[in-house]
Amino acid sequence: MGGVVERIVEKIREESKEFEEVKIMHLCGTHEDTISKYNIRSLIPENVKLLAGPGCPVCIIPDEDLQKVFHLLEKEDVILTTFGDMARVPFEGKSLFHYRAKGKDVRIVYSVFDALEIAKNSDKNVVFFAIGFETTMPSTAVAAKEAPENFFIFSAHRFFIPAMEALMPNSEIDGYINPGHVSTIVGVVAYEGLTKYKTPMVISGFEPEDVLLSILMLLKAIKNGSPLLMNEYVRAVRYEGNVKAKEVMNEVFDAEDGSWRGLGIIPNSKASLSRVYENCDAEKFFEDVFEDFVPKEDKRKRNCLCGEILKGKAFPTDCKLFMKACTPRDPIGSCMVSFEGTCNIWAKYGKSL
Amino acid sequence: MCLAIPAKVLEIDYPFATVSLGGAKRKVRVDLLEDVKPGDYVLVHVGLAIQKVSEEEVREIERLWEELLRE
Ligand code: SF4
Repeated sequence: MGGVVERIVEKIREESKEFEEVKIMHLCGTHEDTISKYNIRSLIPENVKLLAGPGCPVCIIPDEDLQKVFHLLEKEDVILTTFGDMARVPFEGKSLFHYRAKGKDVRIVYSVFDALEIAKNSDKNVVFFAIGFETTMPSTAVAAKEAPENFFIFSAHRFFIPAMEALMPNSEIDGYINPGHVSTIVGVVAYEGLTKYKTPMVISGFEPEDVLLSILMLLKAIKNGSPLLMNEYVRAVRYEGNVKAKEVMNEVFDAEDGSWRGLGIIPNSKASLSRVYENCDAEKFFEDVFEDFVPKEDKRKRNCLCGEILKGKAFPTDCKLFMKACTPRDPIGSCMVSFEGTCNIWAKYGKSL
Repeated sequence: MCLAIPAKVLEIDYPFATVSLGGAKRKVRVDLLEDVKPGDYVLVHVGLAIQKVSEEEVREIERLWEELLRE
């Protein structure tokens, strides 16, 4: 595969000549990682703009969900389990790690199955703070089916396809790079309904060659007005996706309107536990605890541009706090926390424009 | 969060499998995939194998690359 990168870049240069400007948005934090790590923005011509969308599940979780989990920890003696990224997200300067330092039982797990094991070996109530898009939801769904009595799920899961449905109409974007691993679950079929917006989409893998090839495929499709839906990541994404995973996900979760940082309320985007699984729904089981819950605003985040960055309307370098008041060591917004957050990635690899 | 890593299946103990993930052995769940066998490559995300990665399709993508570059 030697020289492939150069050859694709050359083709991209040729294809892009006739455009004044092309705006391509990717929808996955892992794509931003590839793009920044390999400096893809500087490899391709300047008139091809690569924007980052809302593809970071930690970043898009609104403060309200996080505050609710804090509230639960303050009121109830539970073992709170979650992924490491989520535990570092601050609200008013506090994170789940802060609660752990204060003596609360907060445990970082690699997977929901580890949380399940903790519950099986404990008399205490164990709550799993579940985050992630369709890639991650099947694992939580499998765990819900095997939940012991003391295991609860606080679901901050979001369905990604409804977010695209919200994003695509009236958008200035000329082409989309669709998230590769969400697509391994939902399949090519999930995007068929979105072709009505007439904006080409390509499901892409995560090697630099994959991303570059996807850009090339998009440029050709934008020029020709078709195809509107392409799959570059054929080695992992099938037309129908992972049918078993979709089945268990649909069995365990119901879609409700859900709020996203930066994007507001998106219809049918929040995955809540369905009736059948309400016995392990933390929001139902601890209903009384949440009765006096009132969401607040984090004043520290007043100048945080995370919301704009998630919409592709700003870059981290547009934020006055970037690498000044806000750093990976002492983050203000979630985009600086997550390894898939654009601010964190730019901090890691240096300025990427 | 949405990162999934390719791993080689070493042994099946349904619904689990031992896989080799970047050289380390790890136990993951494989019950959302159809007939996984030792020797298969799977994409692992937070302890769950979410899809098989096929060797044939790896070659397929190389063919696609070649085709696009030749045009
Ligand atoms: S640099 Fe920090 S404060 Fe600025 S947008 Fe990013 S996360 Fe928010």
